[in-house]
Amino acid sequence: MTMTTTYKNILTAKEAVPGLKGVNIGVVTLNRPTVLNALNHELMEELVQALTDHDKDDSVRVIVLTGSERAFAAGADIKEMSDETTVSIMLKDRFATWDRIRAIKKPIIAAISGYALGGGCELTMMCDMIIASESAQFGQPEINIGVIPGAGGTQRLTRAVGKYKAMELILTGRPFTAHEALEMGFINRVVPTELYLDEAKNLAFELSQKSPIALQLAKEAVLKSFDGTLSEGLQFERKNFYMLFSSEDQKEGMKAFIEKRKATFNGK
Amino acid sequence: MTDEKILLTEKKNGVGIITLNRPDRLNAFNDELSFQFQDALKEMEKDKEIKAIILTGAGRGFCAGQDLQSRNIAQEGGEKPSLGESIRRRYNPLVIKLRRMEKPIIAAVNGVAAGAGMSLAMLCDYRIVHDKVSFIQSFTKVGLIPDSGSTFILPRMIGYTKAFELMLSAEKFSAQEALEYGLVNKIVAEDQVMTEATALAEKLALGPTKAFGLTKRALNRAIFHDLEELLEYEAQLQEIAGRSEDFSEGVKAFVEKRTPVYKGK
Repeated sequence: MTMTTTYKNILTAKEAVPGLKGVNIGVVTLNRPTVLNALNHELMEELVQALTDHDKDDSVRVIVLTGSERAFAAGADIKEMSDETTVSIMLKDRFATWDRIRAIKKPIIAAISGYALGGGCELTMMCDMIIASESAQFGQPEINIGVIPGAGGTQRLTRAVGKYKAMELILTGRPFTAHEALEMGFINRVVPTELYLDEAKNLAFELSQKSPIALQLAKEAVLKSFDGTLSEGLQFERKNFYMLFSSEDQKEGMKAFIEKRKATFNGK
Repeated sequence: MTDEKILLTEKKNGVGIITLNRPDRLNAFNDELSFQFQDALKEMEKDKEIKAIILTGAGRGFCAGQDLQSRNIAQEGGEKPSLGESIRRRYNPLVIKLRRMEKPIIAAVNGVAAGAGMSLAMLCDYRIVHDKVSFIQSFTKVGLIPDSGSTFILPRMIGYTKAFELMLSAEKFSAQEALEYGLVNKIVAEDQVMTEATALAEKLALGPTKAFGLTKRALNRAIFHDLEELLEYEAQLQEIAGRSEDFSEGVKAFVEKRTPVYKGK
């Protein structure tokens, strides 16, 4: 694992994909242990920078985003915003940073253990797949301090688990366990706490075997399904499907299939 | 209030010992004792020097379960206490902690284990008893359902038929019977219960405790996967039982030391 850039609130590294020369996964770790990785503005800026760097790095195929065993992120930094007014908080436009995470093209896998509350839960939902430890605890507790989720919680949780569960979780603010999250279809897998990061990395390694260009267009098409109508989404998917026929990876992938051998993708 | 501690804890040779200490009430649970017990378990879970735990009772009883004379149960008139809430706050966290803690817990059963006292003994990982010990699923005697995990630990340990019989008869059964059902590990002489439990705990404490913890986790997954859900269901059903006329009559008869007259309502 090689460390690339030094940040104050996060760690970022590249890890070689076994069996694929020169191919890596990016691993970004939230690292404000004294405050259970509370998400302040500075951390979010650093996070977006690190994700963007991995996104631009041709050697990186997939990104894993994680925290510590005790906490992925216990929420937004409340101290940072308790004295804000409507105008002051609007002018600061803190969620502009979050919007930039949406623009990351490579798949992001969340590896969650411990608290993923409030902003931590919303950040989890911005990822493309979620691996949780048995001790992971999710929740949108904003209602308990007199506000509501502000970084996409009301929209993404509802799309993930449906109206009635989302209403219950957002209006009561109660936390929910990894097993409950799995039952609701909110996350992909639950594994013993000692293994959640390995599980997420292994999934990232598995995806790294695929054509990066196909991964990117697939991610884009799935996300498109959350915006707009089905017709638009189907059109979008079809265009992305057609587009892949001008890639080397499509030629290689189909040729390898016919020749009954494993494909080697180069991302072109 | 007295200065007497109702719960004693001790740490020796890698073993944590928790002693329920209300001997005049056969160590029955009042609110305070259940909360102190929860705290003690939490601390022993965190304490890295503690590798195994012994749970025992002071005096001639192990634990008589819920203290029916404690303030919140034996209420004269007025609003009935919510048994569901009481279970959620007091007993269910104990059950969850006993099961989820990845350290072996030995019940050194030094005397009668009744009601929740029996349930909790069954939720430990080992049970060492002596030949005069008796067990009783006393709940239905006062018109309640077996709680503190009883309704799922017992059938899983001894099968539905025997479990249902023990619960509805609400009669005492002996250490020997418990051994035959597979409910206890070993019967020893009365003065050897703690000695035996301590020897076992100290031996376990020197073992591969990481693997022991993971073994417990695997068995939990195998037979207690739905622990929290079933505990909540028990609490709901106990709430219903707690509102019944039979329960009021049961507690009244118990306090007045007479035979209850039930109506099935």
